[in-house]
Amino acid sequence: MKIRIKFTKLGATKFIGHLDVMRYFQKAIRRAGIAIRLSGGFSPHPVMSFASPLGLGLTSRGEYLDIEVLPTEDLSTLKDRLSRVMAEGFEIRSCCLLPDSARNAMSIVAAADYRLTFRPGYRPEDMDAFFENLERFYSQPQILITRQTKKGPQERDLKPLIYALRREEDSLFLQVSSGSSDNLKPETVMEAFYRFQGQELPPFALEICREELYAASGEEDGRRFLPLEELGEVI
Amino acid sequence: MRKLALSDEILLSIDKPARYIGGEVNMVVKDPKQVDLRFAFCFPDVYEIGMSHLGIQILYDMFNRRDDVWCERVYSPWNDMDQELRNRGIPLFALESQDPVKDFDFLGITLQYEMCYTNVLQVLDLSQIPLHAEDRTEAHPIVIGGGPCAFNPEPLAPFFDLFYIGEGETVYDRLFDVYIENKKQGGSRREFLQKAAAVPGIYVPSLYDVSYNADGTIASFVPNDPHAPASVRRELVVDMDQVNYIEKPLIPFLKPTQDRVVLEIQRGCIRGCRFCQAGSIYRPLRERSLEYLKHYAKAMLESTGCDEISLSSLSSSDYTDLKGIVTFLIDQFQDKGVNISLPSLRIDAFSLDVMSKVQDVKKSSLTFAPEAGSQRLRDVINKGLTEEVILNGAKEAFLGGWNRVKLYFMLGLPTETQEDMEGIALLSEKVAETYYDIPKDQRQGRVQIVASSSFFVPKPFTPFQWAPMCTAEEFLRRAYLVKDTFRRMKNFKSLKYNYHEAELTVLEGVLARGDRRVAPVIEAAYRGGAMFDSWGENFQNDVWMQAFSDCGVDPDFYTTRERSLDEILPWDFIDAGVSKEFLKREWSRAQNGQLTPNCRQQCSGCGARVFGGGVCFENSN
Repeated sequence: MKIRIKFTKLGATKFIGHLDVMRYFQKAIRRAGIAIRLSGGFSPHPVMSFASPLGLGLTSRGEYLDIEVLPTEDLSTLKDRLSRVMAEGFEIRSCCLLPDSARNAMSIVAAADYRLTFRPGYRPEDMDAFFENLERFYSQPQILITRQTKKGPQERDLKPLIYALRREEDSLFLQVSSGSSDNLKPETVMEAFYRFQGQELPPFALEICREELYAASGEEDGRRFLPLEELGEVI
Repeated sequence: MRKLALSDEILLSIDKPARYIGGEVNMVVKDPKQVDLRFAFCFPDVYEIGMSHLGIQILYDMFNRRDDVWCERVYSPWNDMDQELRNRGIPLFALESQDPVKDFDFLGITLQYEMCYTNVLQVLDLSQIPLHAEDRTEAHPIVIGGGPCAFNPEPLAPFFDLFYIGEGETVYDRLFDVYIENKKQGGSRREFLQKAAAVPGIYVPSLYDVSYNADGTIASFVPNDPHAPASVRRELVVDMDQVNYIEKPLIPFLKPTQDRVVLEIQRGCIRGCRFCQAGSIYRPLRERSLEYLKHYAKAMLESTGCDEISLSSLSSSDYTDLKGIVTFLIDQFQDKGVNISLPSLRIDAFSLDVMSKVQDVKKSSLTFAPEAGSQRLRDVINKGLTEEVILNGAKEAFLGGWNRVKLYFMLGLPTETQEDMEGIALLSEKVAETYYDIPKDQRQGRVQIVASSSFFVPKPFTPFQWAPMCTAEEFLRRAYLVKDTFRRMKNFKSLKYNYHEAELTVLEGVLARGDRRVAPVIEAAYRGGAMFDSWGENFQNDVWMQAFSDCGVDPDFYTTRERSLDEILPWDFIDAGVSKEFLKREWSRAQNGQLTPNCRQQCSGCGARVFGGGVCFENSN
């Protein structure tokens, strides 16, 4: 049975790198006594797959991990057992049972929500002016940036990859393209915006929290998304 | 959410910020207002090393069982964080509460190897605690040292208020009671130190005076305070089943050097290898019962979710019911994907059978520790292993599918001759020949033999404590000689030879057998930038040599000089249970190449029987 686990990564856990988060969950699943399917080979390891690695320094309210459990697993208590063994900052938000045919989370991620707030000491004096500028930046027909690749400098248009950009009180909400192709980092958007203002994005200015990860809904316009947890049945 | 001591800006500018945030699974958090004593437990090396250390985990668990004590952890900040803390004047903090260490009641520092001594000073310095015990006030923590290096604490004497000599499980409770009572009565720091001196196993260096002869040897070592005993007896756990082990080990987020739970099956060793300090200072051998081990193996695996368990002891093959514990682990946990790791096993039919069940033969290598290249020298060091045993073990293993072998040796052992050195290459060659003697269809490709030698450092409380040590040049001359011999071997393409850092070893030798006059050298080296000396890339020999010369201390006095048997040694005030007469006897037998039987064969009267337990009483029930 395929299970999708949604969890948070808040507070000090933002300093824990992706590989360490993987090791953390391997152990947590054992502590919770979950009958996870093991890979073959001489030293079997639990079969698990994360939707999208989160960069060091970012927090999240919407991380996803897929695991496969044996038919003997008791689904009714799975979430509680896992919740009980979490360290502070990691909270299990939901567990859902996926159809057997479901593709793994990593391969279907299409978009992500981010919330950006200013770290203490970095808040612009005039917030209204900041967001007005941002609105102007976003209303450009194209948002071109140049990036260095192995083949030399390449131009990239960010505009079609930004699905939403709006002020929500003193924070900035961003929905951007995510996944194996056309992955857009919120930092890249903000760097482009600061450059648009003739400035450099000060390091550490922004606290970034990933709020949700989506799969494409399969509907025609290609811009309708479903949170990954909605592809299964909540248990 | 816990608040961190450091800002995001700092934590995101340095390598591996998870070293400094705490919050690990099984961490203990208490309300500081509800406890009488706050203890910061330090391993003076980087987090991933310190978190793999068993001793701290045992004592962390034990201290935190007390409602009136909160024990937290602190490690050496790596160079990048060290700079940040210094530049910004941020005091070093404990991981759990993130509170400054300087506000604690105790700072306990475990001393596992000599080359961490500059990091001891780093931790004190970053904590903003005066380096010298005599400069500390009522406001500062009591700084206490322990661990194997506390068996010669003298090079660190000025930096510590107390040392705990021996195993931590026994008198820490009493020491804490004394501290809390003294605090409640409004007693001073000095009064506490005097009371602590009366606790068995506790050494208060400031209560002793040392004087020296014209030739530099010690003339006298005497208490200067009526509270201090003339001799401090080593503490030990008599019955290993009567003390708690760890049920909930801490699980770091960062990958520690040893990512597994460790089950200490016994303490001590019956073998009596003459170079080995652990074999002396943990005497007598004391086993834990099979039932005890089963309980803790299960509890630890459940509370951590680790996928590997390792048996720990100085010589696991000597555990009476090794078969019982190994069978239990395999039966209970192997199908749950738990790896079982069995270091320090003698290679024989039983261990090969077990290893083939728990390891991937193709990927693992066999380890032998002959320690010396010739039978003559192996007899000198009382290493019972013979060439025949090694070659038979290797042959069985090769037939079982193994084709990688590691061989450990020491260079610079007392009485070592050119023949002994060449023997390292010859023995390695014989292991290779044993492999190639097997018909081609019964072996797996080529054999790979890696021999490595460390350089011998004489340690206190061993029969070699009087022995002279080689200079760095002499160590290297011997290593080159061995390397040349390897080049002449027929199967040299299957052999690889490595040797350790010679200058570092010499320094270890000074610190291992140094006295109080070495302390200023450590301080000068630290001031000169020495830190993380055990990390090859950080070791700066020139800084140390400058420190010796600035302090007018001759390192050779501590290393190459042969000590006379009636000289007062800096650690003579410690009663380790193993008597000086026994060590002298063993030193003399060593020089005559005479073997001494192990504790189960025959008691050699080392003195450890006074503790009243362990192997000394095994057959007298």
